[in-house]
Amino acid sequence: MAALSRSFAGLMLALVLLFLLLPIAIVIPIAFSPSAVFSFPPTGFSLRWFENIRNADGILRALWLSTQIAALSTAISLVLGTLCAIAIVRGAVPGARLISTFMISPLMIPGLVLGIAFLHAAREIGLRDGYVPLLLAHVVVTMPFIMRTVLASLSLFDFTMVDAARMLGCSYPAALWRALVPNILPGFVSGALFAFIVSFDNYPVSIFLVDVHTKTLPIQLLNQLEMSPDPTLAAVATVMIVLTVAALFICDRLVGLRRMAAV
Amino acid sequence: MSTLSLRSASAPAGRRFEIDPRFVMALPGLAFMGLVFAFPLGLLMSKSVIGPDGFSLAGYGRILGDAYYRGVIWDSLTLALRVTLITLVLGYPAAYALSRAKGAFQIMLFALVFLPLTVSIIVKTFGLTIIFRREGILNWLLLKTGLVDAPIRFVFTELSLLIGMVNVFLPFLILPLYSVMRMLDQRYLDAAATLGASPFDSFRRVFLPLTMPGVIAGSSIVFALSVAAYVTPGLLIGERYMTMSMVMAKAFLNFRDYQLGSAMACIMLVIALAIVFLSSFLTRNLDPKGR
Repeated sequence: MAALSRSFAGLMLALVLLFLLLPIAIVIPIAFSPSAVFSFPPTGFSLRWFENIRNADGILRALWLSTQIAALSTAISLVLGTLCAIAIVRGAVPGARLISTFMISPLMIPGLVLGIAFLHAAREIGLRDGYVPLLLAHVVVTMPFIMRTVLASLSLFDFTMVDAARMLGCSYPAALWRALVPNILPGFVSGALFAFIVSFDNYPVSIFLVDVHTKTLPIQLLNQLEMSPDPTLAAVATVMIVLTVAALFICDRLVGLRRMAAV
Repeated sequence: MSTLSLRSASAPAGRRFEIDPRFVMALPGLAFMGLVFAFPLGLLMSKSVIGPDGFSLAGYGRILGDAYYRGVIWDSLTLALRVTLITLVLGYPAAYALSRAKGAFQIMLFALVFLPLTVSIIVKTFGLTIIFRREGILNWLLLKTGLVDAPIRFVFTELSLLIGMVNVFLPFLILPLYSVMRMLDQRYLDAAATLGASPFDSFRRVFLPLTMPGVIAGSSIVFALSVAAYVTPGLLIGERYMTMSMVMAKAFLNFRDYQLGSAMACIMLVIALAIVFLSSFLTRNLDPKGR
């Protein structure tokens, strides 16, 4: 009976993995197929859709914008979040638990609701262009992911090292920079990569903040998917999948995937 | 508030105005989140109760007084419930098998569950639309195996919507369940067996109650994400199955009906917060029994 239920669970896991990975794996043969319709099984092999990415102006511009927004918002979250996390872990602020909940709470708010709130705020202040509100909104979106990983890394960090550095003549900021930062660097990198992916992939918040000139990649991709899907999108998707797998691999080397996923 | 707590902090007498540098470090982040996160949410709530001439609950009245919009809310909630139940049935045994896998094999399986979470939702949904096509892999398989004689229409059906949402949200259920099951002490089950419990009894009276926190955490995340889902329903079924998200997005992006959209957003916010509170309430009430 126990063996039976165990093999049933194993079978379920195998089926679930197949089901989870199929939609991701399916775009790869489409990207390499010579035909312009997505039929299965694919016939032949070609790289024309990858070459086609170069001509896809809208996608390239969106890719560049998304990269900028994701990198900048991650960097800002990293600085603000780390400073706040240190204060929380060291118990220097009253209501530390409340503050950490507040900093992580954007995670509990549906993306569309956040997007609409940002839209109202941008209008209220009179921000007309798309870039700045988009960037600020993405800082809020990435903050919980930075806070979670940095708080977890800091709770394992021995703060007497900072005291030691100060005793050896470092100022407080210098002590943090030279004793704390190198020690929790793996946490920073994996938190930052996760935050980057989250920002890069965000659709529901961005949709309310983009305009004709500033369109992020997910929005451009979804637009094209609805208008004229062609295998160029599968080629772009394949590139994104490869990059994601590479990022996960780096994280696994640095901190281990399970710690990154906070399980 | 800050001066008060500074005075009661550990600063020696006579130095009570010296501010702990570590306290200052929390301020930029807090100020930023206050201005860019809390302020817009407050503004949204106030906008939902402001009409052309001052305070008005007309936005809520239009939603709650209209059978159509009540239906949309109902449909969103029941869709999320169905997705949550299906993911639970699929995810619970899968998480169990994952937690019992050995060493490096477990890490590899874990990576395969985690990978879909980091791949763009647009890419996954795109993949799903390819699978569901008339000449896609699903129909190809069904025809090959002789299960059907003619291709089945999946695109823009409720079935494809359910399959797609389960696909996108399943990892969010497996991960918390896995983390609870991995920490569970095998000796509890051995003890149950020694005391004469049948495998079914030991599952029902020992394993299930001990993994309940994972069930609650995972299903509340999946429910919250499903209620608010936008990209996947938008691509897989479109306006054939209207959800609260779709109404909100249309109100802002197409009709410019901000009052309606803001009120709907606030209703969704309340639902999201209710899920958070309900799940933490349930987990807390479990605790004494779990120990």
